[in-house]
Amino acid sequence: MSGILASMIDGVLVGAVYGLAAMGLSLIWGVMDVINLTHGSMIALGMFCMYLLFAAVHINAYVLLLPTIGFGLIIGLVVYWMAVHWVVGRSMLMSLLSTFAVNMMVIGIGTAIWSTSPYNVNFLLPGITIGAYTFTGNHIAAAVSAVVIALALQFFLYRTRTGKAIRAVADNRDAAELMGISSTAVLSIAFAIGIALACTSGALVSTLFPFTILSGGVYQLKSFVVTILAGLGKPFGALVAGVLLGLLEGVVTPFIAVSWIPLIEFGLFVVVLVAFPQGIFGKRATA
Amino acid sequence: MILRRPFFWIILLVAAGFIYAPLHGNNVSLREDLILIAIAIILASNLNLMIGYTGYVNFGHIVFYGLGGYVGLYLTTMRGWNLVLSALVAGAVVSFCAFLFGLAILRLRGAYFALATIGILQAVQAFVSNFDPWGRSTGMYLSFESYRPLGGARHALWITYYLIVAVMALSMIVSLTIKNSKFGLGLFAIREDEDAAVVLGVNATVYKAIVYSVSAFLPAVAGALMFFKNGMIDPSIAFEYMLSLEGIVMLMLGGQGSVIGAALGGALYEKLRSYLLTSPVLSNFHLVIAGGLLLLVVLFAPGGLIGWLYRLVPRARKVIE
Amino acid sequence: MNTLLEVRGVSKRFGGLVAVSDVSFSINEGEILGLIGPNGAGKTTLFNVVNGVYKADQGAITFAGKDITRCSPDQVVHLGLARTHQIVKPLNDLTVLDNVTVGACFGREYLDKTEARKVAAEVLQQVGLGDRVDMLARSLTIAGKKRLEVARALAAKPKLLLLDEVLAGLNPTEVATMIELVRKIRDSGISVLMIEHLMQAIMSLSDRIVVLNLGRKLAEGKPDEVVHNSAVVEAYLGFPDAVHKMTLAGKLTWRK
Repeated sequence: MSGILASMIDGVLVGAVYGLAAMGLSLIWGVMDVINLTHGSMIALGMFCMYLLFAAVHINAYVLLLPTIGFGLIIGLVVYWMAVHWVVGRSMLMSLLSTFAVNMMVIGIGTAIWSTSPYNVNFLLPGITIGAYTFTGNHIAAAVSAVVIALALQFFLYRTRTGKAIRAVADNRDAAELMGISSTAVLSIAFAIGIALACTSGALVSTLFPFTILSGGVYQLKSFVVTILAGLGKPFGALVAGVLLGLLEGVVTPFIAVSWIPLIEFGLFVVVLVAFPQGIFGKRATA
Repeated sequence: MILRRPFFWIILLVAAGFIYAPLHGNNVSLREDLILIAIAIILASNLNLMIGYTGYVNFGHIVFYGLGGYVGLYLTTMRGWNLVLSALVAGAVVSFCAFLFGLAILRLRGAYFALATIGILQAVQAFVSNFDPWGRSTGMYLSFESYRPLGGARHALWITYYLIVAVMALSMIVSLTIKNSKFGLGLFAIREDEDAAVVLGVNATVYKAIVYSVSAFLPAVAGALMFFKNGMIDPSIAFEYMLSLEGIVMLMLGGQGSVIGAALGGALYEKLRSYLLTSPVLSNFHLVIAGGLLLLVVLFAPGGLIGWLYRLVPRARKVIE
Repeated sequence: MNTLLEVRGVSKRFGGLVAVSDVSFSINEGEILGLIGPNGAGKTTLFNVVNGVYKADQGAITFAGKDITRCSPDQVVHLGLARTHQIVKPLNDLTVLDNVTVGACFGREYLDKTEARKVAAEVLQQVGLGDRVDMLARSLTIAGKKRLEVARALAAKPKLLLLDEVLAGLNPTEVATMIELVRKIRDSGISVLMIEHLMQAIMSLSDRIVVLNLGRKLAEGKPDEVVHNSAVVEAYLGFPDAVHKMTLAGKLTWRK
């Protein structure tokens, strides 16, 4: 019984990171109706970014999140101008395929550079011991970082001009343009932020588990599940749904082999899609 | 009637070429090249039914091929069934399952559907990896015994080749027939505007489930034949995600929506692929090049090669379908 | 005259918004019923409920003697009820002929493709698109697309045709042509239920009119009865006296 409690709390902590990843996906989806299939590879890039930064500068990995965010923003802009700008507004098939093509390219390059061997970020924070349980410091730090970043995003979206512009474009692009908002600028920034969130969540994951260039895929699936659970347009909803997913994993992992988890998540994904077309919390954009 | 369409005869001609070329001179290495191309054409043509005709992107298409391989190999190896019968039963079983699954996931539109198909692929792979009767993650091996009814291993390989060429021709003929039928028109309507199609009287739910299961049949048969030929199967080679994606690249490259586009894309891409995989330098960049190709096609030539041809020579539409 | 369509006590809400509330009316064979009301009155929603795109929360709909309340749109078309959309939905990458062939293939008579093609060609002649059959639907003008909508619906050989603002966006000449077309449709034996904002058109075409406002039926009757109904005028203009005064002053005329 006690093992489950510890597992659940761990799950909640990791779930915050899932939520962060999902926020990136959800933001892009909500603002420009593009389903970002590069999401997985961007998470993986974030993992390697952290690895390289840490190998170069041996300081607190969580401080290195800041340059990672910067890296993510830049990559996001590159991908936007390479593949996304031209397919916004075209059929969903085209945006799926174009982001998917970029995904293939990134994984290809990544495999060529790093092969598929596992990597590790060897940074350990001391854990917190309460009674009989020790909670790994990394898990706590990762969860805290995720929440802080989520709050920062919330602040950005609701309290800054650019953030408001983003929400305006998400709501009604034509109306926003009529108000003088340059939708291209907004879309590119929103996309870049979405990618930065993905990279950052990858960076956080790299401090928790070993990873390969292909690890992003698992987290991409989790992001989709979380986004569907939360519905679109409410970043904080994604965080909450992420925590719930983490909690679910925490409850289930002591009993089931890890390889079944993606299967369960897929099942959940389909069930929620079919049963809750509006998402559990928010609105669902037309697919 | 189908016999009146010139392209039907072109298909038969191509199939005859596939059979004659390696047979003449007993050219085994040519046969091996062509068999891969034939498989690519089978996969791309059937995928075209979903993507090109109906507008639903199936990212997990390879699951039919892999499952067909498993059912087929199980029936021939474990049960000692005749190859053709096993292949047909594999096709029937897989397309029946596809119909059932289809009814569930085809309620999802566009991107949600695409994501669900990835999930199905992963779910089936996970299931098969844990399924005892099918060898779990080790898979199954074919004993040489199984080649005896066909006259020994060498003979069996030729027979399997002919059968696969037949499946290839059938795939293209099915595509052609559907394209010119009332069913096909309904699919096109769904692709253009599903809501409008329903208001016009198309029973979209049933049509989608039907085309999904039809698109599963021949790949499953081909899988049963191919894995029989290769003599072994395991979850990682049966459900290679990469192959699914390459199917999409092939289709987009050649031109989705046309029969020849799928075939051309399949053939060209397969050639490119073998070249890349055997080149010491470029094999690492296989994925990058495939992705780059796909991106270029999506951005600049969404109609693929055939789309470009149709724009140059509009009359070609009637003959080269 | 037989009742073709009967709508009884239909209500539809979306979350907290009641779009249609307890609406009842009927359409007889061979008549044109106009459906008018200010924007947001629930007219298109009502159409969507009648043809099965939305399911009514309450109430019942009977068509040609059959209960179609729970039917899906494709089932409804097979029974003989076709509709056009306010915002046109052409099947863009298909030709004009193919667009209408779809209508004929999956409509009431469920024809095979060759037969359907012939019907489609005839219908396209009737609506005046005969010279554009091989064009892609996306390259038609808005007037052409509106006519395509009507052609597609006609090809389904309906007994009742629902027209949703088929005149919107057309210039005066196009409007006149379309009005003639609607008359021809009714004269060929097809009943029509039309949503329209163009007052002259609806007045001259309709045998009867139903007025909706805020989801409820406000009035029903012959065109000049309805138009002089002060509640109706108030809904549209806000002040009931204005219409009366303007009519007296010769500033407003009613044509039949």
